Order: sequence, then structure tokens, then C-alpha cells
Amino acid sequence: MAAPAQRRIIFQHIDEPGYSNDLACYVRNGGYEVLKKSVTRPPAELIDEVKKSGLRGRGGAGFPCGVKWGLVDRKSGKPIYLIVNADESEPGTFKDRYIMHQDPHQLIEGTMISCFANNVKQAYIYIRGEMPHGARILERAIAEARAAGFVGKNICGTTYSCDIFVHRGAGAYICGEETGLIESLEGKRANPRIKPPYFPAVLGLYQCPTIVNNVETLCHVKYIVEHGGDAFTKVGTPNNTGTRIFCVSGHVQRPGYYEFEAGKITMGQLLYEVCGGPLPGRTFKAVIPGGSSAKILRFGERFKGKRKVGAEMVDYDWGVEDVPMDFDSLGMIGTMGGSGGVIVMDDTVNMVEALANINAFYSHESCGQCTPCREGSLWMKKITTRMVHGQARNEDAALLKSVADQIPGRTICAFGEACSWPTQSFIAKFGDEFKQYPETKKAAKPVGAHELV
Amino acid sequence: MNLKPATLHSIDEVITHYPVKRSATLPLLHLIQEDVGYLPPETCEWVAAKLELQPINVLEVITFYPMFRQKPIGRRHIKVCRTLSCALLGGYKTCEQFEKEFNTHRGEVSPGGEVTIDFVECLASCGTAPVVLIDDDLHEKVDCAKAKQLSDQIKAEAKKR
Amino acid sequence: MIAPPKPDLVTVNIDGREIAVPKGTNVIEAARLVNVDVPHYCYHPKLTIVGNCRMCLIEMGMPAVDPATKAPIIDPVTGKPKINWIPRPQIGCGTNVSPGLHVKTTSPMVKDAREGVMEFLLINHPLDCPICDQAGECKLQEQSTGYGRGYSRFVEQKNVKPKRTQLGPRVTLDDERCILCSRCIRFSKEIAKDDVLGFVDRGSYSTLTCFPGKQLANNYSLNTVDICPVGALTSTDFRFKMRVWFLKQTNSIDTETSVGANTVVWSREGQIYRLTPRRNDDVNDTWMPDSGRELFKAVMAADRLVATTHLDALVAQAAELFKMNASAGAIAVVGSGRSSVEEQFLTKKLAAALKASTQLVSRVGQGDQLLISADRNPNVRGALVTGLISKLPKVGDATPLSRSTKGAVAAPIRTGGLTDLAASIDAGKVKVVVSIGEDLIAAGLTAAQLANVSVVYLGTHANATSAAAKIVFPTLSVFEKNGTFVNQQFRLQKFAKAVPGPQGATDDLIVLAKLTAAASSAPMASDLGSLWTLISAEVPAFAMTSYAQVPETGLLIDATPFAALPFVEGETLHFKPAAAAVALDS
Ligand SMILES: Cc1cc2nc3c(=O)[nH]c(=O)nc-3n(C[C@H](O)[C@H](O)[C@H](O)COP(=O)(O)O)c2cc1C
Ligand code: SF4
Ligand code: SF4
Ligand code: FES
Ligand code: FES
Repeated sequence: MAAPAQRRIIFQHIDEPGYSNDLACYVRNGGYEVLKKSVTRPPAELIDEVKKSGLRGRGGAGFPCGVKWGLVDRKSGKPIYLIVNADESEPGTFKDRYIMHQDPHQLIEGTMISCFANNVKQAYIYIRGEMPHGARILERAIAEARAAGFVGKNICGTTYSCDIFVHRGAGAYICGEETGLIESLEGKRANPRIKPPYFPAVLGLYQCPTIVNNVETLCHVKYIVEHGGDAFTKVGTPNNTGTRIFCVSGHVQRPGYYEFEAGKITMGQLLYEVCGGPLPGRTFKAVIPGGSSAKILRFGERFKGKRKVGAEMVDYDWGVEDVPMDFDSLGMIGTMGGSGGVIVMDDTVNMVEALANINAFYSHESCGQCTPCREGSLWMKKITTRMVHGQARNEDAALLKSVADQIPGRTICAFGEACSWPTQSFIAKFGDEFKQYPETKKAAKPVGAHELV
Repeated sequence: MNLKPATLHSIDEVITHYPVKRSATLPLLHLIQEDVGYLPPETCEWVAAKLELQPINVLEVITFYPMFRQKPIGRRHIKVCRTLSCALLGGYKTCEQFEKEFNTHRGEVSPGGEVTIDFVECLASCGTAPVVLIDDDLHEKVDCAKAKQLSDQIKAEAKKR
Repeated sequence: MIAPPKPDLVTVNIDGREIAVPKGTNVIEAARLVNVDVPHYCYHPKLTIVGNCRMCLIEMGMPAVDPATKAPIIDPVTGKPKINWIPRPQIGCGTNVSPGLHVKTTSPMVKDAREGVMEFLLINHPLDCPICDQAGECKLQEQSTGYGRGYSRFVEQKNVKPKRTQLGPRVTLDDERCILCSRCIRFSKEIAKDDVLGFVDRGSYSTLTCFPGKQLANNYSLNTVDICPVGALTSTDFRFKMRVWFLKQTNSIDTETSVGANTVVWSREGQIYRLTPRRNDDVNDTWMPDSGRELFKAVMAADRLVATTHLDALVAQAAELFKMNASAGAIAVVGSGRSSVEEQFLTKKLAAALKASTQLVSRVGQGDQLLISADRNPNVRGALVTGLISKLPKVGDATPLSRSTKGAVAAPIRTGGLTDLAASIDAGKVKVVVSIGEDLIAAGLTAAQLANVSVVYLGTHANATSAAAKIVFPTLSVFEKNGTFVNQQFRLQKFAKAVPGPQGATDDLIVLAKLTAAASSAPMASDLGSLWTLISAEVPAFAMTSYAQVPETGLLIDATPFAALPFVEGETLHFKPAAAAVALDS
């Protein structure tokens, strides 16, 4: 079956020749019209549209945005904050970067609509430190929008006021985790908070109710408010509404970002047709579908079960290529859609070495607060690095698995899962390769293989 | 601490962005680092006084975030991405190429002080791997040839100074 | 005492046992109430909860309810309410009880979680145990025996961190042993208000540090040693002196100030090795000042007074002196706010028998709003309650005190209160002064004034007064006897004998009783039991009390008769001055 055409909603103007990131260009293309209309509507109505839309967060967890907004404590009398999570640091993810650099006003408009809907008086955009240009572009765009009355005092001539400030991170992945982000924004080490009691919706920034949403999520909000929540549900598939941006990297002919209706394209269509298939002379070996913490899939494995299609339960029997790229289908086969980062590995890659690369990332990025993540992530890194650069032992696969099993579900934040799922899934899917590694190591590397650790 | 008037002005401005002064810790550290090139030893006490904190609160932050540095670096800062997508397309070789070009090692200042090369984690541009951030500018698809070309450019610019 | 309002109770089920606990209690504390131990490192009852060690993981569930009717669902097999168990372990420290909460602390999930955390804590922990000073008190060692797997699978290089760092004058840090629980950091910030400790670097390389150029030098620094669950923070003084399991523990009271922090004396074979705080949630929580921990050193001091003459011979000499000065007012008794209630009671008896005037030496310093109060006598309230004095001693020197800061090193103490006595000596009225452990020179009398009177001195250490005294009775320190003090809250608190006194020193009560008997020609009891029969009969505030009835956490007594007195104390941890009081230090 041929891949569907891209449906560019969020990335409509990305890489469009002649499209610039200034206000004039944005307004020329109909920008801020949705905000102007929104501020004349009752805020509750806007929240309802988002609820109806079924929009799921694009930061990684896929949590329904309307439900999140519904959890906000509006009775506390404290100010409500909104934070745009622009930390984009899950390896394999590179979508928010283009929105912020090329179409910042889309984000600002989505943010202001969300702020108005939730009676937010102050918003912050937490952008990762390694995007200095992005931060400057956003600051300039906010200044333009402020001058034009779209941000700041008396928005669009109403009595509603809300400002946005840009806040730069400084190179710590854990600032993407929402409570780590809040700590960082408060000027501290980005140590995630325990939940309970510190749910952002109740005790977030400065212990006030706080909404944290991903950049892309807020752009979707603009689209939803413009076209209506019901219209949004017509895009994509049930429970996986709207579009998804896939960031494909690694061993494909045409890596890059592609926006499709959620669930309307399969992994195979995406990788073979859209991305042009494997590099010449190679075959696909494995793919991580939702950022590096998502569990890896092995080409050749099959997934069987029953799933709901409409009102019916139907059998499915999928290879990796057949899996529809949506939250639920990917969840069903034991991995996740996550942030949309699709990392592809071909037959030149040794899985021990790939895991060693990933483990080095997570052990470097653990905040170090809680014992299982802090010690487990470094232990796994030490094992895999030793396997590659020192002595590899037959028993290392079992040891790795057992160490990884002691982490998830026992930590303060979901980094515990993020750092252990790679090891768990690599061993589960490629355990043979780990056991053989002491021998593999002695042999010559495949042509074209790169050093990974 | 000897900061430029413009830096001091930005510092006072950015503090007004937050209802709680402590929030300005990261912004202040960025501003000082941009001005001085690194965070000199007196930073902790200076920022602490400015934001009504204790110096240890600032030191804890400086050492948590890899972008903050307590020592001077080379005139140019080359950050090569180390993470999976870049490594799959030769990120390690790219880093080695830079090291060779400037006769230095990652984490060190090159002889003559022209560059510091760091091997950093994912820069969120995995689709154009391998990527390299030189000062504020992102360079995409930096294979060894391109690394050499970028190095030559840096060397040429250095000569002109 | 006003009874606290009855807290709302919540019924929970822990390992199958139902228990009602106050709302707001966390699972660790609730379990403690049914003697179930939930191992933990980072949790400390007096510090904020951070939930970072993950040792206290437990399995948790709530009764299932029918979504339509909200009625509990009954399990048809057991006939009991069905419990929805949460599939992941939860932290006991950060989970507060809620009605119907079910907790399992021994399930395979919990056991596995604990084993995992223990293993992780040990992989980078150095193999120091045989030489570690924490041995015997190490929660890591204890819990690895209780909850660990007992073998190592770690073949990698351990992290290397700084060892033997001097954090301050009294505290030594070994970073390799630190399990990053952050208790010490939270204590410094939240309790001592001296935010100098923190973690630098990240992940497993995180390292506890004192800000370079600063020191952990506040007067509460040793509390970090007490609460460090491992041997990372140790007392520089106590290090390597003695294995704790050899030491005997005796309850005592910090005599530095009227706060009366509860303490434990650690001793062996008559020698004291250290003092540590004893938890009392109404007085000192789990803390005590560093300065109070030094006090035992005076016990062994070279200037300890010991008698060479037999006690009865000394008493006879004193009786002779008393007889020669029998006219009213010829003898003055200087009592002490450092004496126990029982000693003060006998001092009053003695003064009455001698028809002597009584006065108390005042000691006033700067309070620190925590556990050092402005009144540096532990038992001025006792002197009031027993009737030894009827008004507060005058403060020695009238210069106003500056506002205190928490944890600051105490300013010099002003001693005094004897101006009336000085005048009487100068007027030639007073011929004999009996001093109960007070150095009269330090308290403001001049050497010339002392030379004009005969001094009878009861005390522990040599000083100008003992040197000038005609008769000296060597007595015991607080560590060598039993008794009670009344602290600033009017809380009667016990201390007990930890070590025997030196040869040639006599319990103050025996000396006072013998002197009183000699002065009144009637026998006088000196044992606590008999004395308390007298005390409760004669002292209204103690009417219903006996020594044996005083709980280890003390007993609040009626303070209303003294409510209007201008006590010098400002606010401390669990004390607020009455509105009428003149709080010199706040
Ligand atoms: C370890 C970790 C890293 C994360 N990194 C990011 C990130 O870089 N960007 C992001 O938007 N969300 C990230 N998240 C998810 C956020 O915690 C949060 O769920 C999200 O910002 C919510 O926004 P959404 O509901 O719009 O997706 C991360 C979560 C974890 C546990
Ligand atoms: S799971 Fe890891 S990143 Fe999250 S709080 Fe614990 S140590 Fe920090
Ligand atoms: S030194 Fe002790 S109390 Fe402080 S963080 Fe380390 S283990 Fe905890
Ligand atoms: S892996 Fe290099 S930019 Fe993401
Ligand atoms: S005691 Fe440390 S997490 Fe609960």
C-alpha cells in the first residue's frame, strides 16, 4: 500500500521558501486571527474544544491535554502559570527546533490562546540551552507580538493581560521532565519532585498551579481552537487525533521530519517509502520508534493480538513494518510513540555498542537524586562500556537485564523508565547478540560500521 | 566582578522576569559566562548576593548544568554531538577529526588556545547527523571532510586576527 | 497543661493489622506504631521529605469501590473488602495515610525493591566497614544484613571521591561513603539556618561539599553527624575513640541553658565518650547544640575538687562556723540555678535553718532562637517553684543585648545578681557565705569582699571562691548524680547518673542534708525517694508528683504563679515567651 501524503498542519510553513520568522510574514499568512477570536470567547469554551479534540501531549507521555487542563487547581487563589516545554532533549527528537526557529509566532499564538483559556497571567518558554539562536528568535518574536498587542498588557484590546518570557536551560536533559524543569526555572538543580504531593497542576512553579505543555502540543491547540475540537478528531484516528511529526534519523536514505495524520501511516511506509529505505547495500535491523528511551523493535519480530477497530475486536499479526504509527498501536506492541523520534539502525550496527552509546547518555543525564536511577544508570553504562572496550563476559547480558529490572517503577521520575527500557528491550530482542559479543568483538567489523562508544 | 555595563543592565532586567529572584540564577550565569567567557571563582558569591541566596546554592547549580564552565576555554567552542543518531553516522570520527585538526583532546583547550572541543549529548538535530555546534551556530551533516573544512575556516579566521 | 485537641484518626491496615493513626501520618510512622520497621535513609521526622533514597518502598492498595454505587466491593472468596493493589511500589515516607489504606511491607515486590536499592547503594560504597567509625550505628550495614542479597555482582571500578575532608572544626566528611540522602543539607538549611552544604556535579558523581571558603562551623554542626545514616559524616572529636557497642547510654539534660535539651551520655567504665541528643518533640526534637556536647570534658578536668578530709569532719567544721554566726542575717546562702530541684529544695531548708538570706546567681547570654536560650542556668524555674527564691535574680550587667541570629556562636555570658549581698557584706552584716557551686568572684563580688567573710563552698571545680573558702565540700557534676530540672517551659525533666564521681567527692544532696541536719539538729533525708515525699508535700506545683512518675520526656507543671515574672528568654525551638516577659534577646 502506498504511503499517504503528508498532512502538514504544524509544519505547514517549515522550509517554505520565502517564509520568514517575523511577525509581518506570520500575519500575512493569517497569523493571530485565532487569538483575536479566542479572546472574545468564554475561556471554558476553549478548554472544552481542547477536551473534545482528544489532543494528546506531544512531549512524550501522550497525556490528554484537555484532561491535564482540567486538573489545574483553580480554587487556590494562587496565580496559574503556563510553561512551554521547549527543552527538546530526548535523543532522536528534532521537531520543536524547527517550529521555534522558523515559525515562532505559531507557538506564541498557541501559547497565548492556552493562557487565555486557563486564565494564566505569566507564561515561560523553557528552551534548551543549546539553542541560543532559537532563544533569540523567540525573544524577538515575543517583543514583536507584544508591540502588536498579542502578548503582554491588554491583549487584542481586551482587559486580559499575560506576558511570556524565555528562559534558557543549560545542557541538562532532565530539564525536559516537567518537575525537573520547574525546579530549574526556580533557579535550582533540576531535581524532579516527588508526586504526590508536587503535581504541577496543584503545586507547580512557586508552589502554584502550573500547566506544562510541549511546544508542538500548544501549536495543535491553536489549530483546534481555529477549527473546533470535533474537526480535529477527524484528523488522524480515534484516540490518536491530529497529526504527528515523525523525526527520522539514523540509517535511512532520507532522514528528516515528516508530518502525517496519526495512525494513518505504518512504520514500513514511513521508512521505506517516505524515507527511501535503507542505505545502499544494507538492510534494516532495528528501530526505536519514540525517542531513545522507547523500547527497541527488531525487524523480523512479529506482534500478535487483538485490537479494537471501531466497535469490534479484530486479530492483528504485524511485523515491524505493519505497525501504524500512533500512540496506541505502538503501546500495544510494547513500545511507545513518545516524542516521535524514530531512530533507525541497519545491519552494520552491533546492538551492544548501540546500547553502550545510549547508556552513556542516560548515566550522564541522571540527576542523581534517587538511588536506583543514579546507580543503575551508571552501572549499566560501566557494564556496556567494559563489554566494548574491555572484557566482555557471557553473563553480562543476564546481569544487565537484572540491573535494568531494578530501576523502573521505583524512581522519583520517569527517567527511571527512560534509562532502563533501552537495556531491557535490547536484551529482550537481541539477547543472542549480547551473549555472542565476546566472539563478535574479535571478528572484523562490518564495512561501513561506525564507532558508537 | 568586572562586568560590562550592558551585562549589568541585562542582569537587572532579567531579574524582573520572575516573582522570585532565585529564578534568575540560570539567566545570570548565562549572562556572566557570555561576558567573561567562563564563570570566574567569585561568581557564586556575586550571584548569591544579587539574588539573596547562599553561595552554595549557586555552586550547586553551576556544577549541575554542563553548559556552565568554571575555567576559561578556547576562543572557539566546538561541541560535537556524541549521541546515537549522530554516532550512527560517524559522530565519533567527526570528533576525532576536530581533535586531530587542532591537536587537542575533548574537554581540553587546544595548544595556543584557539578551540575547546567537547563531545556533548544530543543537540536535537538528529535528522542532519552528525551535527556540530560551533559557538552559537549549528553545522549539519558534518562528516570528516566537512569537519576539516570547518577547521580550516576557524584556522583562517584565527590567522586574520 | 492544656490537652492537645484530639487529632482526626484514620484507620489503615499494615501487614494485615488494623490501626488508627492521626491524619497526616506517613506510612513509615504509622508502621512504627505497630512495630513494623520500614527501612529508610533520607526520611527524617524533623526534616522535609524528599523521597530520594527509595529504601522505604512499600506495596500499597485501597479498597475497591463500585463506580456506580460507591459501595466497597467485597471479595467473594474471603468475604473481606477487595483491595486494589497498586502494581508499583510506593515510598512510605512520602505517602500519608488515608482511610482504608492497605500496606504490605513484606511482600515479594517490597523485598525485591529493597534488595535492589541496597545493592545499588553498595556498589559504589567503599569497603571501609572494618575501619569505619560508624560501625555499629551504620544504617547501611544494618540494612544490608536485614534487606540485602549478601553477595556482590559488581565487577566495575568504583567511583572515586574525596576522603577525609574537614568540613568544619568538628565534622569530617568521607564522600565515598555518602549515599546522597541530603539529610545533612536539609538540616543545615532548615534547622541550623546555615546553608553551606550542597551537592556538586551530577548523577552518581554528585558529591557533598561545603562551599569553598566556608565552614560547617555553626553550633549545631554535629547534628549532621547524628543524622548521617552512614559513616560519611563523623565527629572529628569522637572519631576512632571507641566502638559504640561498648558504650552504655544514660539519659541526661543539657545544662547549658534553660532549654534543657534532652541528651544521652555515652560512657564506658566510668568514662564518658560523648553526648548526643535524645528525641523530645516538645523540647529539642532530635537536636542539641555542639557546645553542650563538650560539657562532659569538665568531668575529667585536672582542677576537679576532691576532699582529703573526711566528710563528717568537714560538716563538723561547718556546724561550728554556723553556731558562731547564729544571729539572723549573719549567714547568706548563694543558691544556684544549676542545682537540681532536689538540691534547691535542700538549699532552701538549709537557709531556713540558718536564718540566712538566699540569692541566685544569674547567667544571661544571647539566645540563638533554637536550643540556646538567653538564660544560661538550666534551673532558675526550679528555684522559683521550690521557693528558694521568690523573684528573678538581677541580670548582671545592664547593657542591652543585640538581636540574636539562629545558630550564631554565642556571645559572652554575663554573670551576676549578687549586688544586695555585696552591700550586706560591705555593711558588715553578713559574716558567712554558703555558696552552692557558684564562683562568687565571677558573679561580681570582689576579692576584698570575700576576704571579709567566711566562705563555705560546695562545688566540683577549683576557682577563686574555692581558693578563698574556709570549708570546701567537693561535690558531683550532673553526669554523676540523679535529679531533675525545670526548664523554661516549666517542664520538669530528669537526669540520671552516668558515671561515678571521683573519690573524695560527695553527692550534693548528702552534703546539703548533713549541713541542714547540723544547722537544725534534726535529721534530713538525702535520697531522692524520701526527698520527693517532702517536696510533693511542701511544693504546691509538685503536689501530685513523685520522682518515679516523671516521664523521660518530662512533665509540664503549673506555671501560672510565675506568669508575670520578667523572664529573660526570647523564642526558642519549642518556646515562646509570655507577652509580659522581657525578652532580652529578641
Ligand atoms: C526524562 C524525561 C525527559 C523529558 N523530556 C521532555 C522534553 O524534552 N520535551 C518535552 O516536551 N517533554 C519532555 N518530557 C515530558 C514532560 O515531562 C511532560 O510530560 C511534557 O512536557 C508535557 O507536555 P505535553 O503534555 O504537551 O506532552 C520528558 C519527560 C521525562 C520523564
Ligand atoms: S529517576 Fe533519575 S532523573 Fe529522575 S529523579 Fe531519580 S535520579 Fe533523578
Ligand atoms: S553526608 Fe551523610 S547525611 Fe549527608 S548526604 Fe551524605 S549520607 Fe546523607
Ligand atoms: S543525536 Fe546528535 S543531534 Fe541528536
Ligand atoms: S526514606 Fe528515602 S525515599 Fe522514603
